[in-house]
Amino acid sequence: MQPVLEMRGISKTFPGVKALNDVNLTVAPAEIHALVGENGAGKSTLMKVLSGVYPHGSYAGEIVYEGHPGRFRDISDSERLGIVIIHQELALVPFLSIAENIFLGNEPARFGIIDREQVYARARALMATVGLHESPDTLVTHLGVGKQQLVEIAKALSKKVKLLILDEPTASLSETDSAALLQLLLNFKDQGIASILISHKLNEISKVADRITVLRDGTTIETLDCRSEAVDEDRIIRGMVGRTMANRYPVREPKIGDLLMEVRDWTVHHPIHPDRAVVRRVGLTVRRGEIVGIAGLMGSGRTELAMSIFGRSYGQGISGTVRIDGATVDVSTIDRAIAAGIAYVTEDRKQLGLVLGEDITKNTTLANLPGVSTAAVIDEAVEHRVASAYRSKMRIRSFGVSQQTVNLSGGNQQKVVLSKWLFTEPKVLILDEPTRGIDVGAKYEIYSIVNALADEGRGVVMISSEMPELLGLCDRIYVMNEGRFVGEFPRAEASQEAIMRAIMRSKDLNG
Amino acid sequence: MTDSTVRNPMIPVSEGLSGPMAASEPRSAPRSWRGFLPTAQLHEYGLVFALAVITLFFEYTTGGVLFQPLNLTYLVLQNSYVVVMALGMLLVIVAGHIDLSIGSVVAFVGALAALLMVRFGVDPLTATVLCLVVGAAIGGLQGYFVAYLGIPSFIVTLAGMLVFRGLTQALLQGASVGPFPEVFQALSKGFLANFAGPWTAVLIALGLTTSLVGLNWRRRQVRVRNGGPADSPAAFLARNGVTTIVILAFAYQMSDYRGLPNVLLVMFALVMLYQFVTTRTTIGRRIYALGGNVKAARLSGIKTERLTFLTFANMGALAGLAGLILVARLNTANSKGGVGFELDAIAACFIGGASAAGGIGKVSGVVIGAFIIGIMNNGMSMMGIGSDWQLVIKGVVLLAAVCLDVYNKNNRA
Repeated sequence: MQPVLEMRGISKTFPGVKALNDVNLTVAPAEIHALVGENGAGKSTLMKVLSGVYPHGSYAGEIVYEGHPGRFRDISDSERLGIVIIHQELALVPFLSIAENIFLGNEPARFGIIDREQVYARARALMATVGLHESPDTLVTHLGVGKQQLVEIAKALSKKVKLLILDEPTASLSETDSAALLQLLLNFKDQGIASILISHKLNEISKVADRITVLRDGTTIETLDCRSEAVDEDRIIRGMVGRTMANRYPVREPKIGDLLMEVRDWTVHHPIHPDRAVVRRVGLTVRRGEIVGIAGLMGSGRTELAMSIFGRSYGQGISGTVRIDGATVDVSTIDRAIAAGIAYVTEDRKQLGLVLGEDITKNTTLANLPGVSTAAVIDEAVEHRVASAYRSKMRIRSFGVSQQTVNLSGGNQQKVVLSKWLFTEPKVLILDEPTRGIDVGAKYEIYSIVNALADEGRGVVMISSEMPELLGLCDRIYVMNEGRFVGEFPRAEASQEAIMRAIMRSKDLNG
Repeated sequence: MTDSTVRNPMIPVSEGLSGPMAASEPRSAPRSWRGFLPTAQLHEYGLVFALAVITLFFEYTTGGVLFQPLNLTYLVLQNSYVVVMALGMLLVIVAGHIDLSIGSVVAFVGALAALLMVRFGVDPLTATVLCLVVGAAIGGLQGYFVAYLGIPSFIVTLAGMLVFRGLTQALLQGASVGPFPEVFQALSKGFLANFAGPWTAVLIALGLTTSLVGLNWRRRQVRVRNGGPADSPAAFLARNGVTTIVILAFAYQMSDYRGLPNVLLVMFALVMLYQFVTTRTTIGRRIYALGGNVKAARLSGIKTERLTFLTFANMGALAGLAGLILVARLNTANSKGGVGFELDAIAACFIGGASAAGGIGKVSGVVIGAFIIGIMNNGMSMMGIGSDWQLVIKGVVLLAAVCLDVYNKNNRA
């Protein structure tokens, strides 16, 4: 059978770096082809070559698409032939409606006048295909990330897609939304649409992929065929990192001490709708040296809980008490929360965690400038020493501490954010999705850092949507659903099934 | 007065004011380490080069008048207030905002000064302090709307521009008020007494440059000891050497007329102060963080609202000072004072490499930007170019500078 796409011997060089070196990729018709590799392995570059972001001539090698040489000068060239790429950062216009977004740049129109009948009819049809049950007039800004993702896919379908490329489509989706999305890919497959799926979530890949191509350091390592042999996660990881990873979670002997932080009766209301409680009477305890997990679906109120404790940076109508070392502390503003010994490592490091245009040094000291200053004057030497010390302690890979953080990989950016918070000498660290969008090797390093923090006697609260991660790391796991804590499991009793059961049971109770 | 020893050193005057500090500024990426010049540095060299070209061009077309002591002094007197306002504007722009009202604030404070001193006979010192306080209060009031009520600064200060222009007219009732007491006029028209004979200016410049180079050297040593980014000794010598020569030549040339104008000293002190604040203090660092990513800054415990408020209050105080300098020089206050000043200050910032998106901008760049504008104003007037074409040329230069900046940034990515 003739493949839909063949990329042969693709090489792409940037000044000083060979990003791709003789990469081969073949996608068969109606195939879900997964592309995996650590961050920086060249996945995104390869897809940019394919879609024409890097035009023909700026790379070596050839692309054969549907039997013809594909020489794309830009994205519109490749889109015209049915190659549509959906990026990790969604490209929707928030204040336009679903229908307007679907047909953006491609409006059904006669003489420049938009045919609204056709827009609605086609938008409805496309939305039905992707399972998006909303009015076509709803503004995109009012949709959650999961539904926005569906709008993107509907947009792709409107362009008569033959090869759909999804870059980390489920990175910010909840488990249910992810499952729905993957099911959609399987449906497309039945209709004969091929897709290339880039993802760090290996369990998803092993579920839906027909073949898996592994990239490492810009070269093709292997292509695994899931139909002829069973490919499990460990097998994929072996290809990605080039060695067997015996343990995905570093071993730690927990040394749990006294009660460190206690949150009582914590209730938070929505910042815009004051009558809507997002967090309801939550009670939480953390001991010294303990890693406490908070499991739950997207939108269950975990981030809202964390941010409201951290200086009321979310919500209004907040009530409840926070005690640290037995004494009630004032967490009414962020600087007071920091002073009380709380640090919050955000789930969105690019938007909320880092000043991307600034270098590692300035980001590291930002939350504790007095720590490197005398009388409001920054001592550069001290600051440089502090940043350098964290850089080596965290093993941040960069050209020194003067490198802009925008140029770092996700894992290294996360380490800078962690450095910033460690430099505030927190007693309790709240980590919100600390490994989101980070590759396997860097994840392991982050886990080791988290373990080390607990062993220093700090309390760690870890929010994660990846249950294996919570199970592998935490000493105790709270389960959150619809603003309440609906379960609490010590390590020994925790399992994915138990957590999911707790969530489902609470749903039944709430009707 | 057109011999080359005088001509050449004039070129990077503004680098002389702040160049060496900026050179060792930590924002820039590693330098000698990887053997390339980071873009921040390239931009700075590009600016100095542009200033040099523009200066030489006017020196040539005006037949050497530009560098004559009289004209040089005039240049300083005429443009000092642009530098003063641009320093405040830099902080506002770095914080991610804009202030369109300062031209009107300049006029308002100038009118207030005139009424206080001329009509009511308030003594100049009290009046000056009062005027600065009023300027800060006006800035703070606008800052309150921007910072705490979240109203876009463009709109708040556009309203301020109208309000304070109107209030100026109401205060003056169409009259021109003056003349000012002599003591007050000395702010803009006075010169530092030549207490050490005709070489006073040069001696002062020598003292200043020596201590500057000394400070820079110490700072470099600290960096070298800690493995931070630092110039090679040769580069350090070249930078500081050129700077020193430029400042000394400048002072020598000025001393040939009446010595160092008071306002130059005020300007120099302010430039040094803001250079220090932006690069070395926690408040400066926080303003950059605020402009770079306001959410991340807030989540790092920075009181972003208060900081924004203070930035505007500071801008107001500096606009007030510029108003005082202006009326002291003109010796009269009228309701047309300061029209369009905000544009000069904003242009100086953007020519100097500040980013309209916030988070980026340097004092050294802004000073050079202000000088580029000043020399263009001065040179074009001397060439007899009409004010119509002056505006066109200035507009094109502003656009070209920002285009170049954007081009540089895109090439880096």
